[in-house]
Amino acid sequence: MAGPVSFDLDRAWQVDPRVSMRPEPFGALLYHFGTRRLSFLKNQTVLAVVRSLADHPSARSACLACGVSEAELPAYARALGALADSTMISERELA
Amino acid sequence: MTLAPDRAASGPATSPGKLTDLFQLGLDAPICLTWELTYACNLSCVHCLSSSGRRDPRELSTAECKAVIDTLERMQVFYVNIGGGEPTVRPDFWELVDYATAHHVGVKFSTNGVKLDAAAAVRLAASDYVDVQISLDGATREVNDAVRGPGSYDTAMRAMGNLRDAGFTGFKLSVVMTRQNIPQIDAFKAIADEYGAQLRLTRLRPSGRGADVWDELHPLPSQQKELYDWLVAHGEQVLTGDSFFHLSAFGGALPGLNLCGAGRVVCLIDPVGDVYACPFAIHENFLAGNVRDAGGFEGVWKTSALFADLRKPDTGGACKSCGFYDSCRGGCMAAKFFTGLPLDGPDPECVQGYGEAALASVSSSSVAAPRPSVDHSHRTAPSRPRAGGAVPVTIARRRPPSHDCDESPLAGFTAGAESASGCC
Repeated sequence: MAGPVSFDLDRAWQVDPRVSMRPEPFGALLYHFGTRRLSFLKNQTVLAVVRSLADHPSARSACLACGVSEAELPAYARALGALADSTMISERELA
Repeated sequence: MTLAPDRAASGPATSPGKLTDLFQLGLDAPICLTWELTYACNLSCVHCLSSSGRRDPRELSTAECKAVIDTLERMQVFYVNIGGGEPTVRPDFWELVDYATAHHVGVKFSTNGVKLDAAAAVRLAASDYVDVQISLDGATREVNDAVRGPGSYDTAMRAMGNLRDAGFTGFKLSVVMTRQNIPQIDAFKAIADEYGAQLRLTRLRPSGRGADVWDELHPLPSQQKELYDWLVAHGEQVLTGDSFFHLSAFGGALPGLNLCGAGRVVCLIDPVGDVYACPFAIHENFLAGNVRDAGGFEGVWKTSALFADLRKPDTGGACKSCGFYDSCRGGCMAAKFFTGLPLDGPDPECVQGYGEAALASVSSSSVAAPRPSVDHSHRTAPSRPRAGGAVPVTIARRRPPSHDCDESPLAGFTAGAESASGCC
């Protein structure tokens, strides 16, 4: 399966309104009512990032605010890219 | 059974670790759960996993069902798979569906189509939060009706036509794979395509009345390979409820969770509120509690001793030394249980052949396989359309000998209706 093309850390993102997110001991489960797909977040940091996407002007800013280091950013970009590919998160127009 | 969402979980990995390892220890709430709303059914399918037919007088009331939905909302259960019996024969069926979706609990329901008229189809097409699964077990009238009863093929086709005409695309055509219909697998795909449906194939379990017909209906070893190859070729186009993970020992893993999710990520609520580890395990050994207990469903899910036990890591048992254990995880708990096999050994349909050997050793012992604890089968043949007051003919469904030694008076007996198929 092809990986995510690329994820733009400098754009604004949000969780799709049709997605329900449930915290779990290992991170979180996500369910998209439109596509009926399940996804998951494997740790608490990525959960915090996803939860705060809508409050930040960019995904980069959300990551850094959650304690993600510069060195870890590419891994988080891949994770967010996978979520974008499955439409769990979508780009948001800046107000 | 596997209990898993129909769609494979796919996740962004920011750290290594397999999803099955995370799920093996259980979740704070089920991902999805099966809820059989009633044991009443207009049909009497020979392989009904819940031995449905007659309504149970202790059935949960409308108010009790709504209280369960409130709990599911609080626990953030994403959706429920509603089945039966035939759930749509409950007079409050649509009221409960509306209540669930209004409370953020999605609904997928399984039906034989009996109540899916044009008006119901239009109503369903309007909602993003309700999905429908039509059961059909033969691509031809002959093959289907032999299992599901006369008229059931036409009922299902009419319901699918109504959904198509209402513009409901992507509903599910759900098929339990049997020896008789595996040769029709391409024909099922063609029917699904014709009606704009998605094909869903699930495994026949020896559960409920399925135990009575399993020997005659379960796929032959050569058919299991045929099915596996077909599933691999069609990938995520076809749904399976992850019910064929025992076939993963043929080679590469099939899409989805390859894990028995019983009590870990799924469970069953039956019509009287009993909570079982999985829809294929309606037996007192797998009964965790009842939603009418003081702690409600949440208390059962979180504190049941049975579920705590099921969430312990698998030891592998007799399968541990098999090179394919990581693929198939020993197969389906319910399939083993109702064929009399030990739960920590091979699946009766183990593709490496260990199941046949195990079944042979069981059949040479004098102990009968466990029987389902609950049976709501019609006491006579199912109601059939009758012409001109003809005397209805009752065809007794005698349990066929499942093993050579099974012709003893102690062997089980029973009759036959179907409900939700698949895991989730």
